[in-house]
Amino acid sequence: MNKLIRTAALAASAMALAASALAADLKVGLSVSLSGPNSSLGIPYAKGMQAALAYKGEIAGRKVQLIVLDDASDPTTAGRNARKLIEEDKVDVLMGTSGVPAAIAMAQVGKEAKVPMIGLTPISIEAADNPWVMTVAQPTQLMVDAVVERMKRNGVKTVGYIGFTDAWGDLVYNALMKAAEPAGIKVLTNERYARADASVTGQILKIVALRPDAVMTGGAGTPGALPFLALAERGFKGGVYGQHGLINPDFVRVAGAAGNGALMPTGPVIVAEQLPADHPTKKMALDFRAVFQKVNNAPSTDAFSAYSFDGWLVFADAAGRVLQGGKTEPGTAEFRVALRDAIMSTKEVVGTHGVYNFKPGNLYGVDQRARVIVKLENGQWKLAP
Amino acid sequence: MSPRQLWLGALVLALAIAPQLLGNFAVSLLNDVGIGALVALGLVLLTGVGGATSFGQAAFVGISAYGTAWLTTAQGASPWLGLLFGLGLTALAALAIGMLTLRLGGHFLPLSTIAWGLSIALLFGNMDSLGRHTGLSNIPPLKLGGWSLADPRSMYYLIWLLLGLAFLFCRNLMASRPGRAIRGLRGGSTLLASVGADAFRVRLTLFVLAALLAGLAGWLYAHMNRFVSPSPFDVRASIEYLLMAVAGGLGQLTGALVGSALVLILKNGLQDVLPLLTQRGGQLEGVVFAILFIVLLQRARSGLMGYATRWWRRRFAAEAAQAVPVTSTAQPLPRRALPARGEAVLSVQGAVKRFGGLVAVNDVSFDVRAGEIVGLIGPNGAGKSTMFNLVTGTLPMTAGRVSFLGQDITGLPQQRIARLGLARTFQHVKLRPHMSLLDNVAMGAHARTGAGLLAAGLRLDRREEAQIMAVARQQLERIGLAGREHELAGSLPLGTQRILEIARALAADPVLLVLDEPAAGLRRKEKQALADLLRRLRDEGVTILIVEHDMDFVMKLVDRLVVMTFGSKLVEGVPAAVRADPQVQAAYLGSSVAVQAGGSS
Amino acid sequence: MTWDVALILAIDGLANGAVYLLAGLGLVLIFSVTRVVFVPFGDVVAFAALSLAAFETGRTPATIGLVATLASLAVVVEVVSLVRAGELARIPRALVGWGLLPALPCLAAWAISGTAAPAVVRIVVAIALVVPITPLVARVALQPMADASVLVLLIASLALHFLLSGLGLLFFGPEGSRTGPLAEGALTLPGGFPLSAQVMLMIAAALVLSAMFYLLFERTVAGKALRATAVNRVGARLVGIRPARTALLAYTLAGLLAGLIGVLVAPVTTMYYDSGFLIGLKAFVAAIIGGLVSYPLTAVGALAVGAVESFASFWSGAFKDVIVFSLLIPVLMLRSFMARHDEEDAEEIDQ
Repeated sequence: MNKLIRTAALAASAMALAASALAADLKVGLSVSLSGPNSSLGIPYAKGMQAALAYKGEIAGRKVQLIVLDDASDPTTAGRNARKLIEEDKVDVLMGTSGVPAAIAMAQVGKEAKVPMIGLTPISIEAADNPWVMTVAQPTQLMVDAVVERMKRNGVKTVGYIGFTDAWGDLVYNALMKAAEPAGIKVLTNERYARADASVTGQILKIVALRPDAVMTGGAGTPGALPFLALAERGFKGGVYGQHGLINPDFVRVAGAAGNGALMPTGPVIVAEQLPADHPTKKMALDFRAVFQKVNNAPSTDAFSAYSFDGWLVFADAAGRVLQGGKTEPGTAEFRVALRDAIMSTKEVVGTHGVYNFKPGNLYGVDQRARVIVKLENGQWKLAP
Repeated sequence: MSPRQLWLGALVLALAIAPQLLGNFAVSLLNDVGIGALVALGLVLLTGVGGATSFGQAAFVGISAYGTAWLTTAQGASPWLGLLFGLGLTALAALAIGMLTLRLGGHFLPLSTIAWGLSIALLFGNMDSLGRHTGLSNIPPLKLGGWSLADPRSMYYLIWLLLGLAFLFCRNLMASRPGRAIRGLRGGSTLLASVGADAFRVRLTLFVLAALLAGLAGWLYAHMNRFVSPSPFDVRASIEYLLMAVAGGLGQLTGALVGSALVLILKNGLQDVLPLLTQRGGQLEGVVFAILFIVLLQRARSGLMGYATRWWRRRFAAEAAQAVPVTSTAQPLPRRALPARGEAVLSVQGAVKRFGGLVAVNDVSFDVRAGEIVGLIGPNGAGKSTMFNLVTGTLPMTAGRVSFLGQDITGLPQQRIARLGLARTFQHVKLRPHMSLLDNVAMGAHARTGAGLLAAGLRLDRREEAQIMAVARQQLERIGLAGREHELAGSLPLGTQRILEIARALAADPVLLVLDEPAAGLRRKEKQALADLLRRLRDEGVTILIVEHDMDFVMKLVDRLVVMTFGSKLVEGVPAAVRADPQVQAAYLGSSVAVQAGGSS
Repeated sequence: MTWDVALILAIDGLANGAVYLLAGLGLVLIFSVTRVVFVPFGDVVAFAALSLAAFETGRTPATIGLVATLASLAVVVEVVSLVRAGELARIPRALVGWGLLPALPCLAAWAISGTAAPAVVRIVVAIALVVPITPLVARVALQPMADASVLVLLIASLALHFLLSGLGLLFFGPEGSRTGPLAEGALTLPGGFPLSAQVMLMIAAALVLSAMFYLLFERTVAGKALRATAVNRVGARLVGIRPARTALLAYTLAGLLAGLIGVLVAPVTTMYYDSGFLIGLKAFVAAIIGGLVSYPLTAVGALAVGAVESFASFWSGAFKDVIVFSLLIPVLMLRSFMARHDEEDAEEIDQ
């Protein structure tokens, strides 16, 4: 029934389908949260993907089709979208999404249908469980390690933690705990708050009462600004650290003066123009900015849209290699297997966040080149090496 | 084959061959529809029939889903054991929550469902053993023998088979003794108590049943998606299930299926169509869905199935009038041994009822003996209704004793008194307007048999049901309404409704029939018919206590009168003597004016 | 927990409670007159806050378009129903009331967008802009089914909430905003705690508005008409009170309340397109504690919810909501026990 509706609608909108395509097109299926609590990440992801499509709409002479579905921040819908993309649209690769549980749901579907998936967020599963998925995001541990390193450099001995009461908050906290001990730093609190909470007074009071040297926050987007504001209100004098989930212009706007001096790790794309000339990702990052501005009529000011771009680049590189081999056609099961193998053998693909190298048995493919520490100063992110 | 059976057959056939014709995704979508329909079925029962709005069904889905997920991943057990475990956990949780909150009335109950629905969902995300917010993945698929049910098509048959069985169970349940009690919940706990049922227990059973249906859906969800996380089980999901039930129609069981299909297929359709119409299609889905939903509610506020049922009734009205063939081969239900004429049936001694400083009933004593009609009369504010409530157990007595058939019933709850053989009617008729005359009367026989939920659902109660129906038909015949048994009670005029209530009371095979102002609001002819009926009953050996306002009606009917005024008993005796009593005249007329004897008054 | 911590938490709880109190008043007002649990109340609050934020950053809030569209829909619906009822003479008044009146704040808003209007003007226009949303939405969506059961009306208003919050996402994006403070400065309590002027303003507003509500219902004819409709709809009609008109009055007043709450709360909290849901839910809790009829009990409930929330977040941030809602159940049991339930009001569902 659904197929009927869609073909009818296609005819109704009278799109003249190009008569070319004797050779099959490549198809990319993207599921992100365009509505719901995760939409502050999902909408930039979608915009970034549009920029990527404009940047590289053809691979080895084949056109690439992008299909975008909204999963409303719900893991069940994300799984359903994945199934739809695989079975109705017959995509060659899945990409997504803007929440960790939703990404896991999609990965599960991809594994069973034998379709490769390029994740855009960290995915908390064992690589051995699922040989069909990998992600362009930096592993949370890599980023938090940089924060802890900086804390150590700044002489921090005790740190309080406040993060979201969701998968992201868990990820950051676990990474913090793992990195803090070897660095000789004690984590004093594990305070949590919900994205939708209006006030964190209680949690902050508890943290401030213990007088830590610094506070680490585990939020994302504008709700991530709440601890900063509350700490400033209480007159907290120590350093406040964040992580790459906060790299977002609206965070800067809402945090205002309270965000001044905040230190956090991020992919280098966000301060591309401040990078030294020999930095491997500088050129790609600036190219990305230019395309994004053209396609979306607004500058790219967050780090999330760049992940989509990187995902596309990895896919383009792998697909290019498979098509050059000439043995399989897009839309077939053999092509998908070959594509997965090609992705898993990615070597030194330059993206905006980092340089990608994938190996089977590894979900992540970046190294130290994919992170820098930035400081928020008067509404601008400044590189803080 | 009736049109209804044809439709049903066509539906089943379509469902059976659908997986062969549709693609994989469409089959998965139908699987989701089936799972949603299970939860919505519980809601139709709980909210539609039982009147308790629940915003927490998704929490029960989650308890079962997490239960089986944990058991099969962390403990490596078989998914079939996971079913038992998940359902068991859900039942326990539902029992605990139900016992705490189902006594709440009015608006407090829905809010309490939000309270625990929210709390349980939050707990899932904060427990380490359940994977916190990342959830549990790699849940094993179901296996039947050597056959793995990982494929959507295999799960399809299992899901729809289970859904079909659940539907049959619920349909059987509704047409049975416990089903009538459930359908009586909206009538109020006093109604159920008057036929010997405990409204709280009925509600609790219904609540657990709805929770188990949700639990079954949860088990299927876990092994179909093979991944669980906290967010599909929060209050927003519960709201979506409620939307499904309302859109489909809370008045019919099939509303659950229609609602689930409507919501999920519409959302999927919007997801396909909107991006073709506009760039921001992804964000418009929710908005367009809400608009369409509101338009649906405006046009069909009892849901799609409510709309369809009304259309069906208009079209196939003739079929509805066909009565089900009577099988009078059923062995009749055992009857109570009525006491000999003249024996004391009811004995009130020194009854006192105080409401704070006001004494509504002040040391009243009287007897009712077997085989007579006793009238309890008095002017406004005399305390008759309060006395009535004391006798039936609706109000607790401040002091005094009531004994019934020699047994002290002071302080016993209403349903216990009803089960001893005291049947009552209500001043404001408490019939179930959307149930047939036959079903309404059959409710009265609730205390005479004992089929429970399980027996009813599995259709093991057919013999008992035939016996009850025979009793109900008998009572309808007795009051002169034979042959109209499938009409809806709400369509009767008030006088006939009063008489129907008496039939319901008679279906309980009472020793004493207590009537609360049965003549109020009746026309002259209706009053005559009622009086004739009561006299016939008296002649058949039924003892009747009638509380009444209308002197004329009562004088020509009763054997003895008890007159109350300002809470005390004024006088007791035969009607002629009471009428001539100057105290009675003063009480009613306000002065000692002698009333002419023999007047038609 | 020390005394100073407790005091800070108490003040925080009081400030939040003031917001829930006002929202609870609005919910009870609407329910008592129309039997609708108006879930989208919180969304209107969010619209007011976000529109004000849009003014402050020099953008044109899309709320203007929303109000204009709703007004045109309402005019169409009203005219159609007047034509059907054969009351053509009332059409001009309907056009003015449903079309022209809501257009005025739209024009004002459009005029000041992008300009550097004084803060007071911006605030007044932001409030005026969202006032028509409630009655217009009620006219278009809820009035056609005004005599449906309470459950169906609740479901319809839930759908309305999804509609409005979806539109909010479309208009204002997923990120939140704060507005500039309405009142600067702070008062220093003994012991050295700053009590910000903003918080004092919120609490004062709650007190003043509650008092005004009380006066409205006790002393004015319109207020008594509202109460009469709430007690018995048919009886009110018999004495000449028009339920549709009192409903309109109730919705408009509630819209005004929502606008006020929005501009009060926007400087202290980051408002998102979906912030309305939680405000509405907590206000609903307060309203239920008041039995959906009693304003004083609603006020007590609201302050209690605010205080418990604040202290619970100190005790355990992750389980804050679990604590608040778990404590709610015994309170409900107590309230249910105290309120004598009239079984006559068990409703039949529409068949």
